[in-house]
Amino acid sequence: MTSKIPESLPFSIVRSTFASKVAFLGFIVVFIAAVTLPWWGGRADMRLVVEFCYYLALAQLWNLLAGYGGLVSIGQQAFIGLGGYAFFMMAAFFDVPPLLAIFLSGVVTMLFAIPTAFLVFRLSGAYFAIGTWVVAEVYRLSFAQVSTLGGGSGMSLPISVVKSISASKLEREILIYFLALLLAMGVVTALYVLLRSSWGLALTAIRDSEAAAESLGVKKQMTKYAVYLFAAFGTGLCGAIIFLNKLRISPDSAFSVSDWTANIIFIVVIGGIGTLEGPIIGTLVFFILRGVLADFGAWYMIFLGIVAVVVMLKAPQGVWGLVAKRYGIQLFPVGRKLM
Amino acid sequence: MSWIDAILQGTLLGGQYALYAAGLSLIFGVMRLVNIAHGDLIILGAYIALVCVEMLGLHPLLSMIIVCPTMFAIGYWMQKLVLNKTLGNDILPPLLVTFGLSIILQNVLMEVFSADSQRLQSGVLDTASLQLTDELTIGWLPLICFVTAVIVIASLQFLFYRTTMGMVFRATSDKAEIVQLMGVKKDRVFALAMGIALAVVGIASVFMAMRTNFDPSVGPGRLLYAFEAVIIGGLGNIWGTLLGGIIIGVSQAIGAQINPGWQQLAGHLAFLLILIFRPNGLFPRTKD
Amino acid sequence: MSNHVLNQPILYTQKLTAFYGDFQALFGIDFHLNIGETVAIIGSNGAGKTTFLRSITGLLCNEPSSVKFSGQPIGASSPDEIVKLGIAMVPEGRQLFPSLSVEENLRMGSLSGRSGQWDLRNIYELFPVLKERRHHGSMDLSGGQQQMVAIGRALMANPSILLCDEISLGLAPIIIKDIYRALPAICSEGVTVVVVEQDIRQAMAVSDRVYCFQEGRISLEGRPDELTTEAITHAYFGLEDAVS
Repeated sequence: MTSKIPESLPFSIVRSTFASKVAFLGFIVVFIAAVTLPWWGGRADMRLVVEFCYYLALAQLWNLLAGYGGLVSIGQQAFIGLGGYAFFMMAAFFDVPPLLAIFLSGVVTMLFAIPTAFLVFRLSGAYFAIGTWVVAEVYRLSFAQVSTLGGGSGMSLPISVVKSISASKLEREILIYFLALLLAMGVVTALYVLLRSSWGLALTAIRDSEAAAESLGVKKQMTKYAVYLFAAFGTGLCGAIIFLNKLRISPDSAFSVSDWTANIIFIVVIGGIGTLEGPIIGTLVFFILRGVLADFGAWYMIFLGIVAVVVMLKAPQGVWGLVAKRYGIQLFPVGRKLM
Repeated sequence: MSWIDAILQGTLLGGQYALYAAGLSLIFGVMRLVNIAHGDLIILGAYIALVCVEMLGLHPLLSMIIVCPTMFAIGYWMQKLVLNKTLGNDILPPLLVTFGLSIILQNVLMEVFSADSQRLQSGVLDTASLQLTDELTIGWLPLICFVTAVIVIASLQFLFYRTTMGMVFRATSDKAEIVQLMGVKKDRVFALAMGIALAVVGIASVFMAMRTNFDPSVGPGRLLYAFEAVIIGGLGNIWGTLLGGIIIGVSQAIGAQINPGWQQLAGHLAFLLILIFRPNGLFPRTKD
Repeated sequence: MSNHVLNQPILYTQKLTAFYGDFQALFGIDFHLNIGETVAIIGSNGAGKTTFLRSITGLLCNEPSSVKFSGQPIGASSPDEIVKLGIAMVPEGRQLFPSLSVEENLRMGSLSGRSGQWDLRNIYELFPVLKERRHHGSMDLSGGQQQMVAIGRALMANPSILLCDEISLGLAPIIIKDIYRALPAICSEGVTVVVVEQDIRQAMAVSDRVYCFQEGRISLEGRPDELTTEAITHAYFGLEDAVS
């Protein structure tokens, strides 16, 4: 007796959809445009895309934690800051080549995430969320005390390090541009592969019902740890690239809730939690709104906040959730549809 | 002797933190809601007090007469119109909506009042102090604040365990659906609880405004202290919240004695330390 | 069984349906209850009995006219409105408030503000063991005693209709007898009672009429003395009548 599903059953299991095939084509077009941007676009365009890329990556990672893992963290800024500072320390004090330093920053951040997880996993739900915030604050306050890192006012990346990346400013910007693109695509691809795997299925099972998943043998605690560490690694990578781009880091900018976490949460909420497409849509909306409302100062954040609150109350599945439900499409087929 | 002084000042400071935490504890106790905008609401109360003081020339302590009822109304309607819709089994909506409200509130306050640091003058109370011994003095303001905290917490305890309203709060916290079968409108109960919690926040706001500088961005810091005090004390235990506040205050004072830049850090570290050994707090009453 | 049954429906439902999301739990229930009657509802797990009671008490929303109480449409009314009109429920699983003492649980019942003869004193007369334990935490009591608290709590609302959802669940037979002994006292004070039971014999012993629910529909209705064991078994389990 095999365990294969017999052909004669009235349903079959389908992985890809028509829309996803269309999206794949569209993605190829965007990909080609993005890769060739340095030659047909301006430097302001490149900077914008760099920002888009790291917000997208951060949003996808937060979404992995909250939307798929059920872990709502308001403390991911801890890992952005850790990644940034790890990069600065390795590049400035230990002469690590910048590209290697970026990767290692991710690793170092992940290592710090281990004791962090040990602490914050003692709490759950909303308390977990605030606990992550407390830990981020501890990191911020601690780094502000370290004078070799510039204390409260922070430090700049030494010129020698900057020059070692590339002698010309343009070349450097192009390099960072491709790093950012790689980061965004890497994160989205990694998550796509992850969620299509049986590991991803386990994650969704835990999200939907912890008790049921546990009774079926899914190792809940280990899976949560793994997700948290993976997200920390990715977020640390983002932090390294972000502050490499800014050339300067300080505790307040590195560990800021309003600069990072607030925007990320709004992006994912508005775009659609718990889907891979959601953060992409959300990041697009975020940048469009920012462009339109650039001159309005604090009103921009107020508007963004109101939109996020209204979306959460009236359409919790976000913009993508509404579209997907209405038209029944799925660009990233990570589920298995029973037809 | 300065260590004893530090502990004394820290204990009095703990009263302030307990006032921040009392409202949070109440809300959690009744509806299992953690309001991320809690700290920003404390700041809102401070700005309302500021307006009262500047426009009506009231002494800050007297401004409570206006601040507390105003905060009650804000809490009641915020719960009724917005937060009641987030209550349910999913943890995301209340978290994300209150987070959104926090950001909105910070930015609105910034637009209206600017980012300038503010503080309310309390006249004689600013510096009046009580000489305990040759080396120990305590300020009247911190003392009044601490005593107020104890009175507020005792009153909340009385409300919860000796009044019919408190009985309804406890029952609603146990089983909100069943409570309706007894003719209780649960939405109204939640709104009332939030109103009371924010009225308490109003008291905390006024003391804070008199004792420290504030601006629109310092709300989250208060939320963290309040949250830590609640967790340290133990969920569901409102006297524990007072103890939690004192522990944080004393930790901060001791930290500041060692190194002035370590004040905030010391408080957070004390919290994390207790979290390692007692994840449910020191005297938990409800399991969550 | 009660002696003063009038043929006047105090409560009736007409084509009552109920859904949990996409799942349909009730398919057009027509039910009536006369003043002073004791009616039993029997049926296996998942037959829709509790869903039916939840629909009557407003925990599940319906068309306004699908449930009528003394002629008044209450199908869409909220639970707190319905208890104020005079329908109280002893919920499945008792659902006592763990943070409250026995006496506080009882006092919760009187919050609807209806006046009548049921007050703490009368409840303690009905269930004397509760008086001794009135300041104990409600969860410190035995199962049978908790059931008494749940019944007392519902009575404190001075209802005209008392709905009892599986009050014998999880209790030893001797305790069940104890609890059902209180029923005549309740009925004689003018309360119309609906009893949902899995214990068929107990249900038949106390009721004037019986309804049997099966998969969201009424499969049988009648007076206990008129129903055969065979008919009940068929209705309970949804067996088709054998064609002879």
